[in-house]
Amino acid sequence: MVGWAIALHGGAGDIPMDLPDERRIPRETALRHCLDLGVSALKSGRHPLDVTELVVRELENHPDFNAGKGSVLTTQGTVEMEASIMDGKTKRCGAVSGLTTVVNPISVARLVMEKTPHIYLGFDGAQAFARAHGVETVESSHFITPENIARLKQAKEFNRVQLDYTAPTPNLPEVSGDSQIGTVGCVAVDSAGNLASATSTGGYVNKMVGRIGDTPVIGAGTYANHLCAVSATGKGEYIIRATVAREVAALMEYKGLSLTEAAAYAVEQSGPRGCCGLVAVSANGEVAMPYNTTGMFRACATEDGYTEVAIWPKN
Amino acid sequence: MVGWAIALHGGAGDIPIDLPDERRIPRETALRHCLDLGVSALKSGKHPLDVTELVVRELENHPDFNAGKGSVLTAQGTVEMEASIMDGKTKSCGAVSGLTTVINPVSLARLVMEKTPHIYLAFDAAEAFARAHGAETVDSSHFITPENIARLKQAKEFNRVQLDYTAPTPEIRGDSQIGTVGCVAVDSAGNLASATSTGGYVNKMVGRIGDTPVIGAGTYANHLCAVSATGKGEYIIRATVAREVAALMEYKGLSLTEAAAYAVEQSGPRGTCGVVAVSANGEVAMPFNTTGMFRACATEDGYTEIAIWPKN
Repeated sequence: MVGWAIALHGGAGDIPMDLPDERRIPRETALRHCLDLGVSALKSGRHPLDVTELVVRELENHPDFNAGKGSVLTTQGTVEMEASIMDGKTKRCGAVSGLTTVVNPISVARLVMEKTPHIYLGFDGAQAFARAHGVETVESSHFITPENIARLKQAKEFNRVQLDYTAPTPNLPEVSGDSQIGTVGCVAVDSAGNLASATSTGGYVNKMVGRIGDTPVIGAGTYANHLCAVSATGKGEYIIRATVAREVAALMEYKGLSLTEAAAYAVEQSGPRGCCGLVAVSANGEVAMPYNTTGMFRACATEDGYTEVAIWPKN
Repeated sequence: MVGWAIALHGGAGDIPIDLPDERRIPRETALRHCLDLGVSALKSGKHPLDVTELVVRELENHPDFNAGKGSVLTAQGTVEMEASIMDGKTKSCGAVSGLTTVINPVSLARLVMEKTPHIYLAFDAAEAFARAHGAETVDSSHFITPENIARLKQAKEFNRVQLDYTAPTPEIRGDSQIGTVGCVAVDSAGNLASATSTGGYVNKMVGRIGDTPVIGAGTYANHLCAVSATGKGEYIIRATVAREVAALMEYKGLSLTEAAAYAVEQSGPRGTCGVVAVSANGEVAMPFNTTGMFRACATEDGYTEIAIWPKN
C-alpha cells in the first residue's frame, strides 16, 4: 500500500519571470485552491477519476486559464473547447472536441466514456450529446473574456498562430504579460493504485476553426495505465507527434525508467526548448512535473505531506 | 541500403471463411491492383508519403471497402469519413475527421500536414478547408452504397453498434466484409510513411471519432517503422496500437514481427484488430487477431502476398 498523490497544471509556456503580481497571484491562488480540493477529495476516498474531473472542472471555471471560461479564441473569435479523461486500471477513456456552449468539457468527456460505446465525440455530435444528457450549457459569450479578445487581436496583428504563452515580440513589454494562460490538467493516484488523468483546453490563440490539438488525442495530451497517469501541455502539434503522455508510460514499462526519468525524457524528446511540460503520478505515489518552457503553472501534493505550488523552475 | 517494402489492408474483422466468390474476388482483385500501383510507385522512386497516399486513394475509391466511397453509415444514414497520414523521418502528420463530401480524405489529411501549421482539422472546418484548397468534393450521396444502407438497417434492427465485420446472424454474415483501409511503405533510403482512412462504425453516433485519425492509435511512423491499424477503434485508441509497435522496437529491442504481433495481441480480446507494418530495414508484418484481414504486401526481393485469412 502506497500513499496517494496528485499533480495539476494550468499550462506551460513562455511565462515571463517578471509577471506582474496582479497576474501572478490570482493564478497561484487558484492553483492552491484546486490542489486543496483535490487533496480533500483523495483523503475522503474519492476515486482518481472523480478527483481529476473535479479539479479540472474548477480550473475550467477559472477565467485565467485556457480552458472552459477563459478559453482562447479561434481565428473567427469563437471558442472551441476540447478535453479528455482516462482511467489507468481499465484504460477506459473519453474525449470531446469542438464544444462551444458546454460549461465543463471535461465532464462531457467523462460522459462519453461512461454513457456511450465510443471514446471520442466531436463538434455538432458532441454538442447534441451534451444536450441529450442534460449537461450544463450556456451562451458562448460566457466563455469569452476581454483578455482573450485582446490576445486574438494581438495575434492577428502579428499574423501568426500564437501559443498562448508566447510573447509576440520582446519590444512590447506591455503585452508580454498578457499571455500567460494554457491548457489545464490533473493527474491523481489513490492508495490502492488507481490512476487517472484529465486535460482540458481552448487550444491555440487564432487557431483555424476546427483545429484539434493534443488535448483530446489519447496518448498525446492524456494517458493513464497501470503504471502512471500523465497530462501534457504546450505546443499541441509537437505533443501529438511525440505521443508525449504515452511516451512516459512506455519508457517506464519497456525501458524500466522511473517516473521522474521517463517524464523528463519524454519532455526533452518532444521538441525544441519551449515545447511542452507535463504532470505525472505513478502507481507508487510519486510525482513528476517537468517542462522545457520558461515556466509551467503547477501544483502537487503527496500523502507524506509534500506540497508544491510553483510557476518557474525552483533553484 | 535495404530494399523497399509495402503493405496494405482493406480491414480486419469477422470475415467468414465461406465468403462467397462474388464478394471475395472483387476485393482480392482490388488488393492486387492497389499493391501493383504501390510497387510501381516505389520502383519509380516515389517517396513513401506519395506511395501510401496514392494507394489509400485507390482503396477509398473502391466501393467495397469502408473508406471514401463505400463508407459505412452513421446512425443518421450519413457518412463521416476520417483519415490520417504520417511521415516517419520527420514525424510530420495530418489528420481529418467528419468529412462528408471530400472524395479522398487521405489527400485532405496530407494537405493539412503540408499547408497548415496544424495537424488535425475536423467537421465543417475541414470541409471548408477542402474547398479553399480545391480538393475534389462531391454530393454526399456519392459515397453511399446500397450495401451500406442495408448494413445500417440491419444494425438498427439489432439496435447495437456493429463493427462492420461482425455478423449479427448467420444468414447475413456474408454482408459485412468491409473495414478501414491503410497502407505503409518504406523506400531503399529508409523513408517511411503510413496512411489510413475509414468511414468508421456502422450505426455510429454522429460525431463519433475512431482510431483512424488519432495519431499513435490507427496510424504512426517514426525512423524505425510505419504502422496502420484496423479493427475495433475504441480498443485501438486505448492500446495506442500503432505507437506501441514502434515503442516495443525502440525501447524493448523487439523485431518488427515480434513488436507487431505483441501489439495486436495486447490490444484486446480476440477479434479486436490487425495491423500492417514495415520497418526501416525493409521488413513487413501483417498480424491480426480477427478471423481475417484483407491484406497485401510486397518486398523488393520479390516476395508478394495477397490474402484474407491466416495462412496455414
